Amino acid sequence: MAQQSKEKFLVLDLLQLDVRENDALDLKCIGGRPGLIREISVTEINRPGLELGGFYENFAHQRIQILGRGENAFLQKLAKEKRRTELEKLFTYTIPCCVFTHSLTPTADFAEIAEKAQCPILQTDLSSSEFTMRILRVLSTIFAPKTLIHGVLVEVFGIGVLLVGDSGVGKSESALSLIERGHRLIADDVVEIRRVSGNILMGTGSQVVSHHMEIRGLGIINITHLFGVGAIRDKKQIQLVVQLEFWNAEKNYDRIGAEEATMDIQGVHVPCVTVPIKPGRNIPVIIETAARNERLKKMGYYSAREFNRNVMNWLEGESTREIFLNGK
Amino acid sequence: MIERTVTIRNRAGMHARPAALLVKTASGFASQIYLEKDNERVNGKSIMGVITLGATYNSQLVIIADGPDEAKAVDAIEKLFENRFEEE
Repeated sequence: MAQQSKEKFLVLDLLQLDVRENDALDLKCIGGRPGLIREISVTEINRPGLELGGFYENFAHQRIQILGRGENAFLQKLAKEKRRTELEKLFTYTIPCCVFTHSLTPTADFAEIAEKAQCPILQTDLSSSEFTMRILRVLSTIFAPKTLIHGVLVEVFGIGVLLVGDSGVGKSESALSLIERGHRLIADDVVEIRRVSGNILMGTGSQVVSHHMEIRGLGIINITHLFGVGAIRDKKQIQLVVQLEFWNAEKNYDRIGAEEATMDIQGVHVPCVTVPIKPGRNIPVIIETAARNERLKKMGYYSAREFNRNVMNWLEGESTREIFLNGK
Repeated sequence: MIERTVTIRNRAGMHARPAALLVKTASGFASQIYLEKDNERVNGKSIMGVITLGATYNSQLVIIADGPDEAKAVDAIEKLFENRFEEE
């Protein structure tokens, strides 16, 4: 059903990354262009202060090197000859790229040596700590394990609901009904799932076909154009899995809901409900109710458990009453 | 389970029409059918899935079928690739 995928991530990809708002990196390349094909293979970053000072033990050269005001001032202070030898030593290592923050520009010899070593020099107008935070966030998303799942991801009352089930069971049709009722579509048919910050499953659609749906009998439709921009979302955390399946008379479906079934996606256990399909069952309403119930659970209220507790209390009360009245 | 590697021979690649043809053929079989490209696996019975692979001219795909009629399914789908999806 799902599997891992891995592609090389180049410095060029970093420059062309479509990240916006509080993730924007504002990067531009100011030198060493041939090196843009270098690969970024780790999510960490390094400030090469120690190395510029001549200390190379444990130098993490495979990381993105960030040069801020400190490193820049240090380089400016170094005598020309000394600076040249230090920089030449630094660039004997294969560095994916150097980033100058605060819109700082490297000295002429830095640019020349980096160019010769084919190491790209990038520049951003962000401060070093802000850039560090953003790049770590962006890279951790990119390097997060990714899986493709056949299903539909919709946001229902703020809960990210992943609809799964066999082809033809009515996932897309149910999702369409939900959109019509004011909920939002994230992805149809192919959901890309990334595990970020430990246990958050982020779902997005594929770039090309995002926010399009295939409805049997209609063909491919564009949800944004048909329902407006309010009916879509780019990404959403997956908080509930609804498994649709054809009604199976042999199978016992959950009648109480006190047991918490989960589905394992990339090692994260997501609450999962199995909904059997049968004529006369209004699936979108059932999905909406499941989402509402999930919200209640998040607030600490478990309908089925509370109900049972009330029943038990009542039974207990009845039995004491009996003892009191009849002396049994 | 049967796996078979095929190559896209029609110049336009896997656009909507070939994808629809493939999905229509795949849906005629009871087996689970998947297509794989660059380690990305999608359901062979889903148009959106097949298009998402972004399969261009000369790219290689793996057809994977699992079920009672897997051999027939793989043969039928392979035939579509050989016939260039009735294009050109």
